[in-house]
Amino acid sequence: MPDTLLFAMEAALNGLTAGVMYALVALGFVLIFKASGIFNFSQGVMALFAALTLVGLQTGQIPFSHLINAIFGTRMHHFGWTLPTVVAIAGTVVVMVIFAWAVERFIFRHLVNQEPIILFMATIGLAYFLEGFGDIMWGAEVKRLDVGLPQGMSGPVDDLTFAWFGYGFYMDRLEIWAALIASLLVISLVLFSQYTKQGRALRAVADDHQAALSVGISLRFIWVLVWSLAGIVALVAGMMWGAKSGVQFSLSLIALKALPVLILGGFTSIPGAIVGGLIIGVGEKLFDFFMQPIVGGATENWFAYMLALAFLLFRPQGLFGEKIIERV
Amino acid sequence: MIYREAGDFKTSYAADNQTFPLRGDRLAYYLAVIFALGVVPFFINDYWANAIVIPFLIYTIAALGLNILIGYCGQLSLGTGAFMATGAYAAFKLTTAFPSLNIIFVIILAGVVTAGVGVAFGLPSLRIKGFYLAVATLAAQFFLIWLYTRTPWFFNYSPTGMISMPTRELFGYPVTGASATAVSGYLLCAVFLIASAWLARNLTRGTLGRQWMAIRDMDIAAEIIGVNPLRAKLSAFAVSSFLVGISGALFFTVYLGAAEAGESFGIDKSFLVLFMVIIGGLGSILGSFLGAFLLVVGPVLLKILLVNNLGWPTDVAAHLEIMIIGALIILFLVMEPHGLTALWRTIKEKLRLWPFPH
Repeated sequence: MPDTLLFAMEAALNGLTAGVMYALVALGFVLIFKASGIFNFSQGVMALFAALTLVGLQTGQIPFSHLINAIFGTRMHHFGWTLPTVVAIAGTVVVMVIFAWAVERFIFRHLVNQEPIILFMATIGLAYFLEGFGDIMWGAEVKRLDVGLPQGMSGPVDDLTFAWFGYGFYMDRLEIWAALIASLLVISLVLFSQYTKQGRALRAVADDHQAALSVGISLRFIWVLVWSLAGIVALVAGMMWGAKSGVQFSLSLIALKALPVLILGGFTSIPGAIVGGLIIGVGEKLFDFFMQPIVGGATENWFAYMLALAFLLFRPQGLFGEKIIERV
Repeated sequence: MIYREAGDFKTSYAADNQTFPLRGDRLAYYLAVIFALGVVPFFINDYWANAIVIPFLIYTIAALGLNILIGYCGQLSLGTGAFMATGAYAAFKLTTAFPSLNIIFVIILAGVVTAGVGVAFGLPSLRIKGFYLAVATLAAQFFLIWLYTRTPWFFNYSPTGMISMPTRELFGYPVTGASATAVSGYLLCAVFLIASAWLARNLTRGTLGRQWMAIRDMDIAAEIIGVNPLRAKLSAFAVSSFLVGISGALFFTVYLGAAEAGESFGIDKSFLVLFMVIIGGLGSILGSFLGAFLLVVGPVLLKILLVNNLGWPTDVAAHLEIMIIGALIILFLVMEPHGLTALWRTIKEKLRLWPFPH
């Protein structure tokens, strides 16, 4: 087998795992968009905030210590204990649920019936607020997140591919784990929305707000639920990306990577988010692999967008989006 | 009482159709222009010019441009930063290729180049709408910035990858480069802003502007009554990018002097200008001024308050600043979704009735 093909296969395989991570972020967008028609730009910052909170709880940081030090001239930073990962994760989930409640209570309750662009702007404002809030609460320095996931090169993949092709593929064990966890999350989300009462209510709201209201579903509760779910998805995404490259501001930029995934898959489709994520993940790795000698590196920044743009010209509603019907 | 329109009679269509039909408004406008061109230049110093006045003027031009696209034509764009970068790089390439070309023409031509790029990236708007279009304009943002930072031709093969503005003179006075004074830069920006506002105001109330608004309100209905969506949408993209390109060119030539695409024209610029448009008021010329003013002056005031007066460390102050900007935006959207212009309209209403509100 020629070497180029092997390298391309390795790149594609790595693209697949990266694609799962993109899909994970895109999933958070889809959940909120379906249930409330809000295009939630703050999803990436939510992931950052969740990861910051997780690290903060785990290492026993004092919240707002920088602010308190600035006002009172004290010098505190840590409580001096560390929490087990599971407890810290549970604590972060609680924080994300409180956040979801606050978002519904203080922002979107007042913005019912506004135009979508106003809601979108509100989420950009929320993204800014949350970014500043997270930094003030936990400090802005780069933090290491260790949730006990294995890191480094995956031995079995290396051995297996070496046995098959005589060339060992490099795959990060963390990414394989991330892909597994993401798949688990997606399956449980699908089960939740198909087989539980709340899940049914969720789908009803997504279908038609007014009809759902008229059969007695509480819109407010559903919105809090959806934002909490998005917060949990953000936590998982933040954990994976944070474990990979540290918890820092750039984590919030994964939201920008998820946007082309969304338009490729359609804003309203959960399978679309996953397939879109995989296509973009593989596409950008392969494009970078083949085009690097010609146009230079760092094409990942825009390739996904251009692919999505070209794609939209032929199918404006995305791969799995509902057909757009317009009436005067 | 204070703001009155009674007794202001019009006897011709021309008088009725003027931009400021009320005498009071007209007077205020003339006074503002005289103040801006005749008084400010004698008092302005470097600190005021660089911290507040010049950024305000430049961002207002950008906000005017984006307001035409979003507020008047209803096409959501997140690529403003990249279009500003296009203006800046076009100005750089033009002025280094033709050193004798007058700086005014350089900036206008930079606007024209940006208009061309804007139309190219506006083409998808014919097929896709709303958020899909917003994400598509992000493609412009990332692709163009990547192109400008990766292709050495754009920054004339300079080893640092930065573009830097050489000194250019206008009527014998240096307006750009290290030897330029605050006054000359200020006057150049002010003249461009007045011309841009005049252009925007007159375009938006003519045929073209009405076509844009018809497309914004409902594009299919507009198409049925005979508005050509291709022409309307692409012309909105062209005019908008033209103004944004001019602001980018001014931002680079007058304000920054040296720039790097990713650093100076990143996606945060796109959002900043978008915030200005939304906070100021969609579909309003005055709103662009108010929004730009608030978002340029606000952070400066906050910084003075927190860092200079309270003595907080700059990083905490910076985080608090982002937080407050975000909270302000949310607060504005909740309290007054139509922006500062709507607030101004309410104030006018109150002034009209004052002191007898019933």
